[in-house]
Amino acid sequence: MSAPRDDILGRIRAANPGPEVPVSPGPVPARGRGEASALRQRFFAGLDMAGVSHATVTSWPGVGAEIERFLAEAGPGGGLVASNDPMLEPCGLDRLPGLRRGAPEAGDGVSITGTVAGIAETGTLMVRSGPDIANALHFLPDTHVAVVDAARIVGAYEDAFALLRAGGAPLPRNVTLITGPSRSSDIERILQIGVHGPRTLHVVVCDAP
Amino acid sequence: MHADSARFPDNVTAARRDPMLLGALQRLQRDARAGRAEVIARLPEFEALRDAAREIRNGALANLAANLERFEENVIANGGAVHWCRDAAEAGAAVTRICREAGARTVAKGKSMVSEEIALNAALLGAGFDVVETDLGEYVLQLRDETPSHIVIPAIHLTKDQFAETFRDAHDALPEDRSLEEARAITDEARGALRDVFLRADVGITGANFLIAETGSVVIVTNEGNGDLAQSLPRTHIVVTGIEKALGTVEEALTLVRVLARSATGQEISAYTTFATGARRADDAAGPEAFHVVLVDNGRSDLLGGPKREILRCIRCGACQTVCPVYGAVGGHAYGAVYAGPVGSVLTPALSGLETAKHLPEASSFCGACEAVCPVRIPLPRLLRLWRQDAFQAHLGPTALRWGLFAWSALTAWPGAYRAAGAIGGRVLRLLAMGRPRLARLPFAGKWTGGRDLPVPEGGTFVGQWHRRRGK
Amino acid sequence: MPSDTETRATVGFFATCLVDLFRPSVGFAAARLIERAGYRVVVPRAQSCCGQPGYNSGDRDAARRAARRAVAVFEGFEHVVAPSGSCAAMFVHHFPDLLSDDAGWEGRARALAGKTCELVDFLARVAGWRPEAAPPAAGSITYHDSCAGLRELGIREQPRALIAAAGAPELREMEGPDICCGFGGTFCVKYPAISEAMADKKIDAIEATGADTVVGGDLGCLLHIEGRLSRRGSAVGTSHVAELLAAGSGDGMGGD
Ligand code: SF4
Repeated sequence: MSAPRDDILGRIRAANPGPEVPVSPGPVPARGRGEASALRQRFFAGLDMAGVSHATVTSWPGVGAEIERFLAEAGPGGGLVASNDPMLEPCGLDRLPGLRRGAPEAGDGVSITGTVAGIAETGTLMVRSGPDIANALHFLPDTHVAVVDAARIVGAYEDAFALLRAGGAPLPRNVTLITGPSRSSDIERILQIGVHGPRTLHVVVCDAP
Repeated sequence: MHADSARFPDNVTAARRDPMLLGALQRLQRDARAGRAEVIARLPEFEALRDAAREIRNGALANLAANLERFEENVIANGGAVHWCRDAAEAGAAVTRICREAGARTVAKGKSMVSEEIALNAALLGAGFDVVETDLGEYVLQLRDETPSHIVIPAIHLTKDQFAETFRDAHDALPEDRSLEEARAITDEARGALRDVFLRADVGITGANFLIAETGSVVIVTNEGNGDLAQSLPRTHIVVTGIEKALGTVEEALTLVRVLARSATGQEISAYTTFATGARRADDAAGPEAFHVVLVDNGRSDLLGGPKREILRCIRCGACQTVCPVYGAVGGHAYGAVYAGPVGSVLTPALSGLETAKHLPEASSFCGACEAVCPVRIPLPRLLRLWRQDAFQAHLGPTALRWGLFAWSALTAWPGAYRAAGAIGGRVLRLLAMGRPRLARLPFAGKWTGGRDLPVPEGGTFVGQWHRRRGK
Repeated sequence: MPSDTETRATVGFFATCLVDLFRPSVGFAAARLIERAGYRVVVPRAQSCCGQPGYNSGDRDAARRAARRAVAVFEGFEHVVAPSGSCAAMFVHHFPDLLSDDAGWEGRARALAGKTCELVDFLARVAGWRPEAAPPAAGSITYHDSCAGLRELGIREQPRALIAAAGAPELREMEGPDICCGFGGTFCVKYPAISEAMADKKIDAIEATGADTVVGGDLGCLLHIEGRLSRRGSAVGTSHVAELLAAGSGDGMGGD
């Protein structure tokens, strides 16, 4: 119990003589509500608006094939690294030559990660850190390929947190809502994509029955 | 420009002579106006969300002590530490101590206005650390030894060429023949230089947009990704932030997220909204081993107990700066303060004292454009007026104005005399004008006639004529 | 009009300092419009200033004195109307605030606030009045939304509706009609350089419309814009919305 702490809390309490008040969050916008198919459409529209390329496959092994196609077409240089997220296990990533698992390194050009959820509201991804995921995978390489389970496309940010915290699970060290590639308008308000984080964000949605 | 609010009037003169600055400001205001309108048109619930955001921030302030205690408890439970600092000096010392204990050499900094407020870079450089700002705008400002002129677009006062020139001077490894004509090339140059910093940094410092009591999380909202690298790669993550930012729940933060970027940059949501909770877990693949939150009071608890409490609702979106016509006419540096524009003119007298900052609350036409866009509906003109009242009571204004007000107030108590005096004044102006509708010059009225002709009264008074004509 | 129908109610007319001392013709035009809408207009001699100069300069006591005086002078009327958004906003918002810690006056200030209106808001919304005759062809106009009327009283559509109903001269909207002209009361002489810069942006927007006249509802802004237009040598004229609307009613500007 340091003196500054007591001082500050004392001054706050003096300024707030009343009891605690109830606080309620605001409304969830209508665009974050709806049928699964509508949410999916909105999610894709959001990705488009945020400058994210995307593809949908209908089987988990199809994910690896789609990533292979994407890499061949986009041709990013550098190393290829993926997280150990169990979600990626059935994705057939072994077909990708030179794939490493674990934390990203300076020379890596592409990362592949799973996601907690896709969020229709704004075409947003929720990603997390953990024993299986080094957080920098989402930010360091030039190209980030994110895999989304179609069954986990939700309406609103709140819904994604509900999935993440299901059963009272504590928050991982890092949780990030990602909407589009890294960007800045610091220079004369001219939009630049890819400042410190990825220049390219590619989403593969797996809609397996 | 002088980083001193007392020089505001001189700074205004200088700013008005800087065509590059004025061009940048004009572009900013025009684009932002259109951008905000567009993004809001796509969200019918926006005004309801602003109401909710205001109530969430009011509730957060009402529950602040409990929220901070709960936040601290949860940070500690997740392997972090919280440091309470009454002022800038304590905060600077706390961060320096943490860096020292971490055995740090290089410190990678994400954007944080509170760190500007406490002059953190100076403290850390003085203690021998290699501190590098990593936000693109902040980085170029650090190289130029300048301060941010806008909360969310810190280098809005600089042109592309000035960015390029700065990198040419500072980056020894930059080949002479590499063109920095395009914003893309300039961005890539910064990205390359800073990548190195992230990889070698021992400590990452970020600010916070929100703190969450129920989880002990720190939320940052960014676009570049530097804040995420700064809190993922180095061994130690330090958060420097103000005490007023503590909220109750994740859901409260999500409502604020919905209004923040829309107000700040006209985006639906920023590229990255990151919740950091404690240090890396025992079995985590990576992440910082140490997590420190430095909570800075620096005048906030005083504001909380006073009539200007509502300014503490602020979520630092910068919308009031962007929209303000005064900010648009002089830019952020003229204010000589960490926070420019309407929000700054309310905060600065609290941070640096009203005597020094007395010009700032006066620098408003009370047009109310700021309040009209503020996502948490802070009545900025009303708060500025409260500072004017404080200044008036403390006799900080010019004596002539005081006497003028005294005479005006006395006269208005006698409507007949008031009108008679007005009519005489009007007659004098008409004589001087000699039949012209406007006067180009008038002794003692140079502040008006320096740049504007003075329309001459028609003659007589309305009330007098009305009663003469209507016969009663 | 006024028609033979019974006069509906009495309006206490608050002229505002600038109309009273600079442009009595605006006062007569406004009064005529109120009469045409079917009200009886009374202009109390005891009125003076609404207190803005003191209020905005931090002299709260002087503003409170002005507020009490205005309450005493105007509380007896069924309606109170002012041809200015910023003065009307003093009545509607700031008097109750200024007198909120004054038990004897707070209720009275609130009651007055509830029946005070800015002129065009009163005509369009309260009186439901529409101009019956087209104003004389005055070329094209553009409309400047003064800040207090717009943001404190929500006046945006009302003047446009009246101007349109008058079959008015062509209204050409400028870019940013809601952006401050830089008047701001004492602000315009405290920071002339900023104030003039704001006026210049406003005038650039006005001139870009090619309109002949800029119309507004607040004389302070209009005198400020007029002063800067004239200094710039611009041919654009200024007009208070009351003058524009009353010009179409056919019975001259005399007010007798
Ligand atoms: S005062 Fe309001 S508009 Fe200004 S920065 Fe704060 S939240 Fe944004």
